[in-house]
Amino acid sequence: MNRRTMGKTLAGLAAGAAIMALGVGAAGAQEKLKVGFVYVGPVSDHGYSYQHDQGRLAVEKELGDKVTTTFVENVPEGADAERVIEQLATSGHKLIFTTSFGFMNPTLKVAQRHPDVKFEHATGYKRAANVATYSARFYEGRTVIGQIAGKMTKSNIIGYIGSFPIPEVISGINAFTIAMREVNPKAEVRVVWVNSWYDPGKEAEAAKALIDQGADVLSLHTDSPAAIQVAQERGLYVFGQSSDMTRFGPKAHLTAIVDDWRNYYVTRVKAALDGSWKSQDTWGGFKDKMLFLAPYNPSLSPEIVAAAEKTRTDIMEGKRHSFQGPVKDQSGKVVIAEGKQATDEQILKMDWYVEGVQGKVPK
Amino acid sequence: MSADLALIGPVLAAMLTAATPLLFAALGELVVEKSGVLNLGVEGMMLVGAVCGFAVTAQTGSSTAGFAIAALAGAGTAALFGVLTLLLLANQVATGLALTLFGVGLSALIGQGFVGIPIPDVPELNIPGLTDLPVIGKALFGQDAVVYLGLAMVPAVHWFLYGTRRGLILRAVGENHAAAHALGYKVIRIRFLAVLFGGAMSGIAGAYLSLDYTPMWAEGITAGRGWIALALVVFATWKPGRVLLGAWLFGGVTIAQLHVQGLGIDIPSQLLSMLPYLATVVVLVLISRDIARIRLNAPASLGKVFHPDA
Repeated sequence: MNRRTMGKTLAGLAAGAAIMALGVGAAGAQEKLKVGFVYVGPVSDHGYSYQHDQGRLAVEKELGDKVTTTFVENVPEGADAERVIEQLATSGHKLIFTTSFGFMNPTLKVAQRHPDVKFEHATGYKRAANVATYSARFYEGRTVIGQIAGKMTKSNIIGYIGSFPIPEVISGINAFTIAMREVNPKAEVRVVWVNSWYDPGKEAEAAKALIDQGADVLSLHTDSPAAIQVAQERGLYVFGQSSDMTRFGPKAHLTAIVDDWRNYYVTRVKAALDGSWKSQDTWGGFKDKMLFLAPYNPSLSPEIVAAAEKTRTDIMEGKRHSFQGPVKDQSGKVVIAEGKQATDEQILKMDWYVEGVQGKVPK
Repeated sequence: MSADLALIGPVLAAMLTAATPLLFAALGELVVEKSGVLNLGVEGMMLVGAVCGFAVTAQTGSSTAGFAIAALAGAGTAALFGVLTLLLLANQVATGLALTLFGVGLSALIGQGFVGIPIPDVPELNIPGLTDLPVIGKALFGQDAVVYLGLAMVPAVHWFLYGTRRGLILRAVGENHAAAHALGYKVIRIRFLAVLFGGAMSGIAGAYLSLDYTPMWAEGITAGRGWIALALVVFATWKPGRVLLGAWLFGGVTIAQLHVQGLGIDIPSQLLSMLPYLATVVVLVLISRDIARIRLNAPASLGKVFHPDA
């Protein structure tokens, strides 16, 4: 359910230009494996697409003598994506990563026409013999920052800026709230949806609105650092999203959940090289090094940092689950029974708030 | 004095700032359209202004220089539009759309090295006593200079259009370019100047976003506000005062819907986001019912190509 579709209508032109550029890079190096990457945003977004490109660079660094990589950025989700992926497949790329949810159907279509090419699609759920899927358990990071938020708030109101009310975001809100209420049962979460992945102006407005309503800690599930700047200006706290956003608010930025695809990309390219590549579904968390936390703000007390680290390592070692029962929904009904944990399917389809979140899930 | 009442001040302040970029861009476009030219490239000019203003402020540390350069950059982009449509007689709609596409690409290119760079804050007004007034103090007396400049531009544009001879000539050119030409007015020069003014205002609108509202550069930072500004001009039926009302309405609804969500009131946020556009459509329907009222304000030669020798 990842990734924006808005504002990308114009980027088709950029994609077209990039395709032309591909032809140049395709010459030579016959024996090397060619790996392609398709990004929904610009590499310079310092967020989602940037992190995927860090993964590509890691592949270059580690396996540069055996592979060459190509990337196409700013690819809109839809018909243009199919053209870009097709172009990569026909120009000799044998392993192609398509890194946004909206590339799902285009990827499968192209994959059908090129059974000899391997595809990896991020955050989707449709697979084929030559299409694998992968995603990260972002909610595990939310558990850690929720706990920090519960301890840092004085007003007991936490502001949460959401992009779209999809399970990925809702499960994040819930994981955050459960961990927050565990350390601070009086705290509540207020959610504002901006209905965009990337609209700095609106994200800043949402941050201001939440602060005006008394929130003193903010969490976000949108991609721009606008809310970080607002929190810095108002002297409050905030958690970064997708990548380390410290420089936008050195005092306000407590830590960030950072996507990390480096390990996964290197592993999968190696598998393609030695012939052990298989279509599979990977949903990794802290343990699989698919996400990590940005450095903690020096202003956090050692006790809070130690507790956060314990939560993180407990999750890594399987001693703690983000949705450990009993978990109650807003009406107080127990949804996940005592002693049970949410199943992957429950998390992937989550469309309800836990106790402690204000408001209703938009339908 | 409940918590809800205490929210009025911050909501008003936020509404004024949210309305400012819309106000600048829409006032500029209003003058352009009054001269009979339809420039759909507002979004593109705003982006170019935003990135140039940001680049200059990041280099020099002066936001004043940033705004000045943004106005120049916006005017420069608009000049391109002027040359194509007024001198080379290209289709205005197509050229305007192309200008937006061009602005998106150009701003991304210029902005490559400026992503993720912090810049100094634009200072806010602080009048001891007034700014500290309860509820409305911060909203009315605690904004930065650009907000007040935007408000001042409303009567200024109105005065220019309806109170000066030059404004009268500009409107005459927009109503009937052939007649204005026959009277000896230089239609193309007047329109070109109007287009440049519109570009400069769009540039400032963009710079307000990148320097002040969210002090950073990001690709596509305007997020469609240029199109809202275009809608505002029609919404306001080409009246500067109504542009201000429209900008407050659009800005106010944007802010209100976020507060409604934060307070947990059960209204779909999408419905609220939709309201300003719905209002625009309603206004369009209402004014379209009465042809005479549109004729009263809409420039009759809007979007028509002018051949001097015709």
